[in-house]
Amino acid sequence: MAEEQVIFKRPAALTEKYFHYCPGCTHGIAHRLIAEIVDEMGIQEKIVGVSPVGCSVLAYNYFDFDFQEAAHGRAPAVATGMRRTLPEDRYIFTYQGDGDLASIGMAEIVHAANRGEKITVVFINNAIYGMTGGQMAPTTLPGMRTTTSPYGRDTTLCGHPIRMCELLNTLVEPRFIARGSLSQAKHIIKAKKLLRQAFELQHEGFTFVELLSTCPTGWGLTPENSLLWLERNMMPFFPLQVFREPGTMPETAKKYAPDLKVKDDKKES
Amino acid sequence: MNRVVIDKDRCKACKLCINVCQRKLLELADELNAKGYHPIAIHAVEKCTACGLCAIMCPEASIEVFKEIKVKKTA
Repeated sequence: MAEEQVIFKRPAALTEKYFHYCPGCTHGIAHRLIAEIVDEMGIQEKIVGVSPVGCSVLAYNYFDFDFQEAAHGRAPAVATGMRRTLPEDRYIFTYQGDGDLASIGMAEIVHAANRGEKITVVFINNAIYGMTGGQMAPTTLPGMRTTTSPYGRDTTLCGHPIRMCELLNTLVEPRFIARGSLSQAKHIIKAKKLLRQAFELQHEGFTFVELLSTCPTGWGLTPENSLLWLERNMMPFFPLQVFREPGTMPETAKKYAPDLKVKDDKKES
Repeated sequence: MNRVVIDKDRCKACKLCINVCQRKLLELADELNAKGYHPIAIHAVEKCTACGLCAIMCPEASIEVFKEIKVKKTA
């Protein structure tokens, strides 16, 4: 038999259990990317994940390493506790959807980022509440039809979608903020590089990776059409880019630079 | 010959791999799998270049791709 080169093999960090996700759901791709990175970095014994409430609530069934379930939206708070109690060399990440992170867990994520907790947050943005039946989420696009906005999102009533990467990029502490997409093979390869970078930088500070995903069932489209819909509608609104790398800081964050401190009047006088 | 191993019971027939295959080698099979979907099947495996795009796109991680290493014959 001829010698073979392995182009692709199911990562060892995934269990044999079948995913419960709908056909064509990109959660499976995101799970696989994380498992591949865990394999490549050889950190299966040192990594702990925190799963959210949402479709990926059962993520602990699919990863072959330690996992903890958190209350709705509180994954960054649970991860903070882990970071402060477990030994230094542990890798800790949370895996959250847009309903969990941008709506219910908004306070937790902003404060975890502001404190610069040494965790990685993987944010799956599909612009809808998938598990509960396709309701409007904070990231739902203007005019997008959901079960709670049957005539399209009315921006005069519900406001505009929240762009989480841009929001967190105004803070001083985060070390890495980037947005990737899971709509095409080339974007998936780039998304894996972003995730890898985030996991490698984790011990320096807060790292955040947003991944644009699909929800074929919630959007009412076939899996192929939902990928096209993502490219056509979501990508112009949520541009793919690296917002923050070590050494870069936007103007808004620079203004309140880390070395800026309150002037002590008593000492000066 | 390159080899594509498909875990048929994992497949949910989302057809993402069919669209991404540049040589159009994948199609839905006639038979059903344990979940009641028509799983994908590869029909002309000798034309496969083992690019691995189908495996990258598969949300179920049900495709494994192996490329044959060709040994150059020395005269």
